[in-house]
Amino acid sequence: MQLLMGNEAIAMGAIQAGVNLVAGYPGTPSTEILETVARENDGSIYVEWSVNEKAALEVAAGASYAGARTLVTMKQVGLNVASDALMSLAYVGCVGGMVIVAADDPGPISSQTEQDTRTFASFAKIPVFDPASPEEAFEMVQDAFAISEKYNTPVLLRPTTRVCHGCASMEIDAAGRHRNIPKGFVKDTGRFVIFPRTSYLNHKKMEERNPQIGDLFSEYMGNKHKVYGDVQKTKRLGIATGGISYAYVREAIAMDGYEKRNFSLLKIGTPFPFPAKLALEFLQQVDEVLCMEELDPVIEKELLILCGQHHLPVKIHGKMDKTAPHAGENSVELARCLLADFFDKKTVEELCVNTGTCADRPVLPVRPPVLCAGCPHRASFYAVKQAVNGRKAVFSGDIGCYTLGNAKPLDMVDTCLCMGADVTIAQGLQRVEPDTLHFAFIGDSTFFASGMTGVVNAVYNQTDIILVVLDNSTTAMTGHQPHPGTGKTMMGEITEKVSIEKILLAMGVSHVVTVNPFHGQEALKAVEEAAACEGVRAIIFKAPCIAVAKPAAGFSVNQDKCVQCKKCIRDLGCPAIVMEDGRVMIEPSLCYGCTLCAQICPVRAIEGVGKEREACDK
Amino acid sequence: MTNSCLLCGVGGQGTVLASKMIAFAAMEKGENVRTAETIGMAQRGGSVVSHVRVGGSIKSPIIPIHGADVLIAFEPAEAVRCLEYLKEGGTVIVNKKAVKPVTSSLTGSDYDGKVMLSHLQKKVKKLILVDGDAVCERCGSAKVLNMVLLAAAVKAGALSMNIEELQNAIEKKLPEKFKEINLKAVHMTEGEVMP
Repeated sequence: MQLLMGNEAIAMGAIQAGVNLVAGYPGTPSTEILETVARENDGSIYVEWSVNEKAALEVAAGASYAGARTLVTMKQVGLNVASDALMSLAYVGCVGGMVIVAADDPGPISSQTEQDTRTFASFAKIPVFDPASPEEAFEMVQDAFAISEKYNTPVLLRPTTRVCHGCASMEIDAAGRHRNIPKGFVKDTGRFVIFPRTSYLNHKKMEERNPQIGDLFSEYMGNKHKVYGDVQKTKRLGIATGGISYAYVREAIAMDGYEKRNFSLLKIGTPFPFPAKLALEFLQQVDEVLCMEELDPVIEKELLILCGQHHLPVKIHGKMDKTAPHAGENSVELARCLLADFFDKKTVEELCVNTGTCADRPVLPVRPPVLCAGCPHRASFYAVKQAVNGRKAVFSGDIGCYTLGNAKPLDMVDTCLCMGADVTIAQGLQRVEPDTLHFAFIGDSTFFASGMTGVVNAVYNQTDIILVVLDNSTTAMTGHQPHPGTGKTMMGEITEKVSIEKILLAMGVSHVVTVNPFHGQEALKAVEEAAACEGVRAIIFKAPCIAVAKPAAGFSVNQDKCVQCKKCIRDLGCPAIVMEDGRVMIEPSLCYGCTLCAQICPVRAIEGVGKEREACDK
Repeated sequence: MTNSCLLCGVGGQGTVLASKMIAFAAMEKGENVRTAETIGMAQRGGSVVSHVRVGGSIKSPIIPIHGADVLIAFEPAEAVRCLEYLKEGGTVIVNKKAVKPVTSSLTGSDYDGKVMLSHLQKKVKKLILVDGDAVCERCGSAKVLNMVLLAAAVKAGALSMNIEELQNAIEKKLPEKFKEINLKAVHMTEGEVMP
């Protein structure tokens, strides 16, 4: 047995299914899927971090046209980026099995939205699998490949954070590995060239096909209808659930002893096309149903439709009648409360044994996420802040570690919307407030993913913004994946590094300066000069993330010189600078020797030896 | 027989490896295991939690409130933060040393672990205070705190494994160069911590 994380199980399932190509873009909670395939790759699988999710999906689609089995990985908001390709591909279809994993994040725990990929699947009219556990995710990814090839359609797999990042002890039989030999691309313009006429015909075919897949899914083991006791005996009660909520419901059933009661349980593993036959069998046995699912009321709505179609007088409780919450993630506690109310009209207080551990709890320290000690973004934000020096300025931010620059004392991120939006939001703000300085902060990976078109837009439309590229030589927030600027690939090759500076110059950005943000004076001068110019100008702050660079010797505070002015603490908010017994100290285990605090100390009380930092392998 | 163990602490203290050890030891005995960790926005310095659940009838990877047999806290305030997970009559193993929040110098908060420890003493019958840092110091590495706390939990009989099984997990799962010091940490804790 091995302990596999849900994401690892998905990767192992894809390998088991004979996947030939895997492409994706990092994003929590999906990142480890592609990393696992790369780690377990025997050399027969092509693996890449694509520049963004759209590129990943298109690369995979091309390979699938040639008969390869392909897996695409992303987080839920990544599917928005890839949706242009996906919506059309749903019409064109695929040849080799194609599975798109879009990991949802109820909570949200580390995402911008609580969108539901099950809804996206019905919008795109393609099948979706919704695993309830790592074990089921392992099985479902293989089943998804089979369905994809059988119906020549891309298929979605939609795990949620608790499935992606939960681990389970599992047995994997490597001998059962399927091998897929791509047959090669067979030209067929009627099929692979999308035209209005063919799309009309394909639309009809999809609508005919989906109910057939729904019937197939009614027999699928990922969908279950289980009867506890004799459902006809008392009130005819039913519970409908899916995904991780199925685990929570079963845990609640066991905890509060509902196994001995009479009710029916419906578990949906393929929310679209909905297994209507199975659901109808369930609905015909009950008078009242409780739906428990995360995010959208997908199962609930499907049951309501079935009740309407078949004139069934069944009361459906869930999000739509406000029985269950719309937002946030579910839990065993929520399941217990909902079940107590559903079965016995009991309240939480009557149900839960209150041990009183929370009452009179002392005030707990708050531990918010902060930029790491030694993070180059701190130095970059500080340089811009100093250069702006109280002038009217707006700081448009973006997705990545540098979003944390919004925290005090830096307070340098005024907007954050989605990948790449910093550069374009700044342009819109500039049109309304032309006399304000407009800074747009973007990370290196985000720049490649979706920042470049925004820069071209700025140059073409002659806006007046200062682009600040925070180049830390990695995709830091998601755990240090390589990107085009790092010159490394997931196949272990070293390639030419794509130069952000050259790209900006080629796009027509008039003023491009690259500077190390830890060279305080130079950095300050670079921002001041850029601020004084007009048009689209760019500063590239280049210094590696602490996670991809060796630390230099730490700095310390010379207590004889320190006047306790606390400027270092007030201005930088570095986690390594602490107060101990009323004195400013540097915590040696945290300091990376970045030199920033030493540079700003007015009495030069912070001492140490600075060293130029270089990116290296982890 | 099921056993649910919640490990909590501050990012970077080694809770994840400790949870892997418990899971491995259980799997060696043929038990089913489910775990869940904090990954993502939780950065260095943030509160982190690992759930480890052993036993065939486990469904949810997350331990329900009042569902943990044992709470292994690497830091006093984190123990208090997670205390509602503890079952009535459950055991708490807590490291005495407080870790100040990284923002405390900025906000001027004067967090002190003593208040947390006295709260725990009031609320928890089976409380085991561990001076983990003292053991770490004698071992010569702050990195073995996780093994010290695990060994303390094993010694208290709070986990479904014994000291030999913990040692076996270290032998089989850790890289060669870290085995000796971690085994030493377990050995020293065994002779040290009194339940």
